[in-house]
Amino acid sequence: MLTDLTLTEARDRLRAGAITALDLTRACLDHIRAVDPQVRAFLLVTEEQALEAAEAADRRLAQGDDAPLLGIPLAIKDVLTTAGIPTTAGSRILEGFVPPYTATALERLFAAGAIMLGKTNTDEFAMGSSTENSGYVVTRNPWDLERVPGGSSGGSAAAVAARMAPGALGTDTGGSVRQPAALCGVSAIKPSYGRVSRYGLIAFASSLDQIGAFGRTLADCAALLGVMAGHDPKDSTSVPDEPPDYTQALTGDVHGLRVGVPREFFIDGIEPDVERAVRAAIEQFAALGADVREISLPHTRYGIHVYYLIAPAEASANLARFDGVRYGPRAQVKGMWPAYKVTRGQGFGPEVKRRIMLGTYALSAGYYDAYYLKAQKVRTLIRQDFEQAFREVDVILTPATPGTAFRIGEKIDDPLQMYLADIFTLTPSLAGVPAACVPCGFDAHGLPVGLQIIGPAFDEATVLRAGDAYQRVTDWHTRKPQIAESS
Amino acid sequence: MTVYEGVIGLEVHAELMTASKMFCGCPVVDSTSAEPNTAVCPVCLGMPGVLPVLNRRAVELGLRVGLALNCEIPPFNQFARKSYFYPDLPKGYQISQYAYPLAINGWLEIDLPDGSVRRVRIRRVHLEEDTGKLTHADGYSLVDLNRAGVPLLEIVTEADLRSAEEAEAYARKLRAILQYLGVNSGDMSKGVLRIEPNISVRPVGSDELRTRTEVKNLNSIRSLARATAYEIERQIAIYESGGEVQQATLGWDEARQVTAVQRVKESADDYRYFPEPDLPVLEISREWVEQVRAGLPELPDAKRERFMRELGLSRYDASLLVADRAVADYYEAALAAGGDPKQVANYLTGEIFRQMNLEGRDRDDIGAIRLTPQALAALVRLVQDGVIHHGVAKKLLVRLYEEGGDPVALVEAEGLAQVSDEGAIGAVIEQVLVDHPDEVTRYLAGEEKLLQFLMGAAMRALRGQGDPAVVRRLLAERLAARRAE
Repeated sequence: MLTDLTLTEARDRLRAGAITALDLTRACLDHIRAVDPQVRAFLLVTEEQALEAAEAADRRLAQGDDAPLLGIPLAIKDVLTTAGIPTTAGSRILEGFVPPYTATALERLFAAGAIMLGKTNTDEFAMGSSTENSGYVVTRNPWDLERVPGGSSGGSAAAVAARMAPGALGTDTGGSVRQPAALCGVSAIKPSYGRVSRYGLIAFASSLDQIGAFGRTLADCAALLGVMAGHDPKDSTSVPDEPPDYTQALTGDVHGLRVGVPREFFIDGIEPDVERAVRAAIEQFAALGADVREISLPHTRYGIHVYYLIAPAEASANLARFDGVRYGPRAQVKGMWPAYKVTRGQGFGPEVKRRIMLGTYALSAGYYDAYYLKAQKVRTLIRQDFEQAFREVDVILTPATPGTAFRIGEKIDDPLQMYLADIFTLTPSLAGVPAACVPCGFDAHGLPVGLQIIGPAFDEATVLRAGDAYQRVTDWHTRKPQIAESS
Repeated sequence: MTVYEGVIGLEVHAELMTASKMFCGCPVVDSTSAEPNTAVCPVCLGMPGVLPVLNRRAVELGLRVGLALNCEIPPFNQFARKSYFYPDLPKGYQISQYAYPLAINGWLEIDLPDGSVRRVRIRRVHLEEDTGKLTHADGYSLVDLNRAGVPLLEIVTEADLRSAEEAEAYARKLRAILQYLGVNSGDMSKGVLRIEPNISVRPVGSDELRTRTEVKNLNSIRSLARATAYEIERQIAIYESGGEVQQATLGWDEARQVTAVQRVKESADDYRYFPEPDLPVLEISREWVEQVRAGLPELPDAKRERFMRELGLSRYDASLLVADRAVADYYEAALAAGGDPKQVANYLTGEIFRQMNLEGRDRDDIGAIRLTPQALAALVRLVQDGVIHHGVAKKLLVRLYEEGGDPVALVEAEGLAQVSDEGAIGAVIEQVLVDHPDEVTRYLAGEEKLLQFLMGAAMRALRGQGDPAVVRRLLAERLAARRAE
């Protein structure tokens, strides 16, 4: 089946003329039609545009064009703006909003020949760990439809897991790419802060947000990242350095690679099956010749506190623009302040409101020093933990999540339990370092377990090399959920 | 009776004259005349997912002001978000500077009416973006975001000013400096320069700080002076009657010449400032600072000293000439056209300023008058060369002011040149004596003051063109001759 091809395999066959972009795109669209009514990964399928783009890609392929992603269909998280195509960020407050501009990362992918299949579901404004906070629909985990796919990029992760797309884009603020990748059994990378332009990413927390890539292999993610990475004059926080060729970095060799295992990540509350699978993966690295050692990231336990002050603080300002004055639905009530209150009261869901309130509080006069400022100081300590650790090791391996996919509704009324689902992914985000997630096993219920691979700032190449080497000798990433067989 | 003094600080917002906005590529347009919402883009409209990119030119213009105001320029700057909801603020926050502004701890010296000099401390100078404009109609409001995102410089003094006159002197001097630096037109009526005093009063000799009010809606420096004077008197009257001043934001009512409460501040506003994560810290290298410093133009104080030193002008005249950049430019253009420095200065600060006052024209609008600096220089030369005398020149000046034109051509065409020919003047005088036999007789009988009458009559008969010295001598001669008869 064409939909079983990985992104890299599909690209090679497209170039060889063995398949056409139109056939591949049609196969994806057919599979979406067959599977997505159950999974609900997509908020919008852009079939017409996808088919047009596929035909254009085939023409370019026929002319010998070797653009790196020519003819590759992708699913795009709906927090990335797409000119002329509705973009909602999973929120009712942006219902019907059609941006006149496309995110820089997408422009680069489209210029490289990628084809958008549609926009995928997300927790509202990327706030959540289950995609249950979407203002539109709850996405289901392809491995068990009663369970969540993780979040906030749950739609993209589920789309790749269910073989609806060979690759997808997500965004990651505190784990929103890595955590759903772990829960859906797919590969993903969140690059270093500043590696990929945030222009066109509807901001949740500006100092943390990054666009990441999903694939069935980390090699697929490397191909996507290679196209997206690099300075963008429209994003002053994107770094000026030229990114390396990530695909070339995939040597398969981790001999002598210094691998750190932080003791703070193997804590009470981690599910035994998860710990077992992750420990086994670490053994695998040792077997491949890596130099595995225990390390310490002493401020890890403050990560959740720091994150839930800084991210909501930034969000409280970032979401102030959604007032119904210039775009989006506006409540039809009399008076300026009532219009603000009702528009925002109706447009935002409960989790978004909770975070706006948390953030507003943390920034308020009299509380700023105790909360926001203190959190920034501890964030510096967390960053220094990683700097210190990366003097001794090349990559750090941890579980991506403390547990596997939980049941829909299980944590929705307990925000603190929900927040803990991201406990292992928060600190790399706070430190701005790159981190990948690869499947490394299954629990007793047959649910995937993810291994997190963290690297030094701007050294995505080593992270990708380590994960790719692991995938060359394991087959967890090749397993597919039952539902992917339908159609 | 208690004698009070004002305690006044000024907060000035000056739009910077950049080609494009602070954080996007939109052009800066005249927001009083441009079609609404035409100079806008996703960034300044605050659409989702867009990011600000700092305009370096705005930083450079801000640095010019910081240096001209003798400020320290810290080595790094940080932008901050100032959050509040209002429809003229598209993002729901204004990108401003808070903990780490562009320039700090400066000063500006102002000349006071009594001839003394006061140093006004500048607390900070920081960069921010302007907001849009709302037009309120019946039951709805219109939003124009052309101005949203235009670079704005906020210049804040310490509360060092003690009277309306001092506030006015500071405002004039600061405006002149902004104009000299080429960063702002100084046009308060268009809102590109906004000056807001905060005012309290206290008994002279005390160093207490009492409740202050803030006055907005001042569209000229004259309004600033009047509103400040009014507010000081209002507060004194409250204290004298045993009351307390209420902390409030007041608006100046230009028509009624009073301040009126716009908003009472129950508690301090909480803008929830925090560092702007979308913009990296801005490092200002010493090289950049020195480069900007080296490029600063001659500022009013330096120009005044030069006018005094090199042109021999009085401090008073020199101060008048440098007070507005447009006037200084006009003056220097007239000198470049060959005008005598002192004579040009006399005409400029005398008759020309008088005409402008009559017309209600601001001095910084001198570039728009019909009398060109070149024409003024030519007029001065005509006087110096003895072609016309001062009285004619004054009349001619008024005409040139009203109609424009070339004084040399005008003098020629209308025969305004001075008459010095003794024969012609003598004939006119003879006729005057014949026409006024009564006055002549009384003069000869000892009524000496009638000489002035006869002199005036002679000058009138010569249409003002007679050389007064010649007229006076010949008149005296003729009268002496009659007495001898």
